[in-house]
Amino acid sequence: MLNYVFRRVVYAAPIAIGVTLLVFALLHIAPGDPINAVAGPDAPADVVEALRRAYGFDKPLPVQYLLFLRRILSGDLGVSVATGRPVSGELAAAFVNTLVLALGAALMGFVAGVALGAAAGWRKGSITDRLATLVSLIGVSIPHYWFGMVLVILLAVEARWLPAMGMGTGLGDLAVHAFLPALTMAVIPTGIVARTVRAAVGETLEREFVQALRAKGLRRGAIMRHVARNVSPTLIAVLGLQFGYLLGGSILIETVFAWPGAGFLLNEAIFKRDLPVLQGILLMLAMFFVLLNLAVDVIQAWLDPRMRRA
Amino acid sequence: MSAAGTLPDVADLGGPAQPLLKVEGLSKHFPVKGAGLFQRKRVARAVDGVSFAIAKGETLGVVGESGCGKSTTARLLMRLIEPDAGEIVFDGEKVGATLGLRELRRRMQMVFQDSYASLNPRLTIADSLIFAPVVHGVARAQALALASELLEQVGLDPSIVLGRYPHELSGGQRQRINIARALALKPRLVILDEAVSALDKSVEAQVLNLLVDLKRRFDLTYMFISHDLNVVHYIADRTMVMYLGKVVEVGPVEALFAAPRHPYTRALLAARLSTDPQARTSAVALDGDPPNPIDPPSGCRFRTRCALAAEVCAAREPATIEVAPGHSVACHLHDPASGHREAQAHG
Amino acid sequence: MPRTRSAVRSPGHASQFARRLLADRVTLACLAILLIIALAAIFAGHLAPADPLKTSMAKRLKPIGTPGFWLGSDELGRDVLSRLIYGGRMSLLMGTWPVVNALIVGGTLGVVAGYAGGWINMAIMRTVDVFYAFPSVLLAVAISGALGSGMKNAIVALTVVFIPPLVRIAETAATQVRGLDYVEAARASGAGAATIIRVHVLPNVLGPIVVYASGLFSVSIILASGLSFLGLGVEPPQAEWGLMLNTLRQAIYVQPWVAILPGAMIFATSICFNLASDGLRAAMELRT
Repeated sequence: MLNYVFRRVVYAAPIAIGVTLLVFALLHIAPGDPINAVAGPDAPADVVEALRRAYGFDKPLPVQYLLFLRRILSGDLGVSVATGRPVSGELAAAFVNTLVLALGAALMGFVAGVALGAAAGWRKGSITDRLATLVSLIGVSIPHYWFGMVLVILLAVEARWLPAMGMGTGLGDLAVHAFLPALTMAVIPTGIVARTVRAAVGETLEREFVQALRAKGLRRGAIMRHVARNVSPTLIAVLGLQFGYLLGGSILIETVFAWPGAGFLLNEAIFKRDLPVLQGILLMLAMFFVLLNLAVDVIQAWLDPRMRRA
Repeated sequence: MSAAGTLPDVADLGGPAQPLLKVEGLSKHFPVKGAGLFQRKRVARAVDGVSFAIAKGETLGVVGESGCGKSTTARLLMRLIEPDAGEIVFDGEKVGATLGLRELRRRMQMVFQDSYASLNPRLTIADSLIFAPVVHGVARAQALALASELLEQVGLDPSIVLGRYPHELSGGQRQRINIARALALKPRLVILDEAVSALDKSVEAQVLNLLVDLKRRFDLTYMFISHDLNVVHYIADRTMVMYLGKVVEVGPVEALFAAPRHPYTRALLAARLSTDPQARTSAVALDGDPPNPIDPPSGCRFRTRCALAAEVCAAREPATIEVAPGHSVACHLHDPASGHREAQAHG
Repeated sequence: MPRTRSAVRSPGHASQFARRLLADRVTLACLAILLIIALAAIFAGHLAPADPLKTSMAKRLKPIGTPGFWLGSDELGRDVLSRLIYGGRMSLLMGTWPVVNALIVGGTLGVVAGYAGGWINMAIMRTVDVFYAFPSVLLAVAISGALGSGMKNAIVALTVVFIPPLVRIAETAATQVRGLDYVEAARASGAGAATIIRVHVLPNVLGPIVVYASGLFSVSIILASGLSFLGLGVEPPQAEWGLMLNTLRQAIYVQPWVAILPGAMIFATSICFNLASDGLRAAMELRT
């Protein structure tokens, strides 16, 4: 097991490096002189010079990349063009906000998806099954930013039950404010989790060892426990991926609901052409995703020993 | 590739005395996925220093258990896999030196075991058959004519079969088509890798007879790989026995079957179920599973299952000794210089 | 010599596929709807009742059913119905073109990686793995953001997002086919790699790859409109469903039902693409 973890970490290292390369490259595919992207249009000449030296824009590209790498590894993600404050500070708070939303959405999606998928897989062909399929279809086809708007109209504008935007103040208020955005985001994982669980449950139930268990007279609850154990590795993998997707896709929902998370910050950064912030957010989110995938693979291997041979 | 668009015959060089195929020291080691990062790279020594020759017009049978390297050897000969070491000489021309790969393909063809997987499911039989000739420059119309002719030679009706897809035909029909396809380039040597193993017994007999017939008609040479000793006995002129990547015995088929020299050959032959109801035996001829090609036993690889193993068998690999004209064995028992306590001279 | 008994005649692959498809009513309906939307977009000039760009300060945010503005008017007084029809052009283009591009580029890379094996395979697949480290929305936004707004940049960004999954599926299919005996037999006949890929590998991998790509259309439409929604795709005053959703966002307090119309179009198109691609997959099941 330890061997597998070690190998998996070693495998992730070049990917992490690749991520930094990609983020680095973004600065340079942007049209115009990269120095403007970092300094801002009306920075004084001496600031521009200092930045030019710090970033090494006069040096060849590979050297610039190494400088970039050194800076990130020491925790310096640059300074925001718009606010002049260090990127890492702004990111931390925003990231936490996004995490709150993503966790809420993931939880809702997980519960709803598993319940729906399990009910559907248990009774294939029934009404529950058709309903689950329909929900899955809607979940993967719906533009969630639009769905957010619809929910806002229904629950905040017409019915005035819930607030339409922002984070509110205090913890209780937070939950109320977070509910709509989290619910909106939960549609995607619900659909995919339901589909996965339905397929996995259905397939497990058809396997011979389950028939054998049934013949032994095992009750439904006990059978479900066996099924759950077989389904969990796949489920963990799907959940992990979905969580990562939620983190990355939060930008759209946060824009709709004016939720000050990493996605909202990203949006602002793009509009203000604040490339250091853009790079910082990307780096953080992508690295988190890489670590998340690593964790998911390790948990999967722990649950299902067959995976360790890969 | 003549202007007329047909394939010229492959010329015979060197006359009947020169072996059609001479293989020297063929080796292939496959890297094995290590379990840990710090372990030495392990290799599976699938084929290790194999040497043999096939005379013109003969059928060489190749037998051995699963994992002995017979199929790998075939693929090495066809250069579908690159060998790690070894020299292959076809009718006097060395492969890689005077003989290029493309020309080699014209001289040597192969028929595989799985008749269905051997045919592209999306191509009609006609398209499958003309593929190789067209690649070598034959015009499409001529290639189709050739395909029709070949189908008739293998006992199929071209008007019915040419337009069909593989899934519409039976296993026996497909294997005949595979044989026809192998003959399309007019090769001189055909390697049959378990070509009849997957067929029903009655169909197997028909296809075997077809192979014998075709060999006579087209002046072919065969390398017939099989795990079925009875089939090899029927069709082969000489037989080569392989074990764990090495050749242990080669000899004329009657002599080898009647008086096998190598303990492994003896065990293989004894393990065949007899059709004689009086000959009942509960003794198992061959004990245990074949060992792993990743860590073969030192010295003679068969020693772990050999009743006659001695210390020298673990110390040194046996040399190949000729015990009769055209019949050689790799076993310390037959090498008077080996130091084996029961070593005999030409026993 | 035994003669062949006549082999059983069965239909070729193309007619089987067509027959299965034609029997699937749901898929046919979806394909029909998509065709209607596409045709409406192409012939927008003839179909749209009004000029999609013509503003009118007096006629802002009229409700659905207003004469002359059958689906209402937007925040600048433009006719929503006309903008929806015209918007189909941009939305469909941004939704389909990236997938087609990615299919060609990604499919080729994947087939080459699958057939070649060895270090070529490793180089291609590991590069693809790096792109997989980013959730797709994030990657699209990042590339789009770096390149700047505009439809062309959005299409480039989306193409880059869709290439990795297509490379993966093409590589898997090609690797699997390459191990089959008929490819070995083709290699044994002395054909070159390009010929073998063209005759033997491609026809046998194209099916799963195209089916997978068809499933990407719905995602692409949503992502493309999403980019416009963020202001990264099509620029105002052009009509495009995602952009319309963005500009109409403020209007949800005044004319909510008009405001959500563009999103409904995206939703409908996406569902149709999804169902149609599922139907395509079912019809393509290769018989053994």
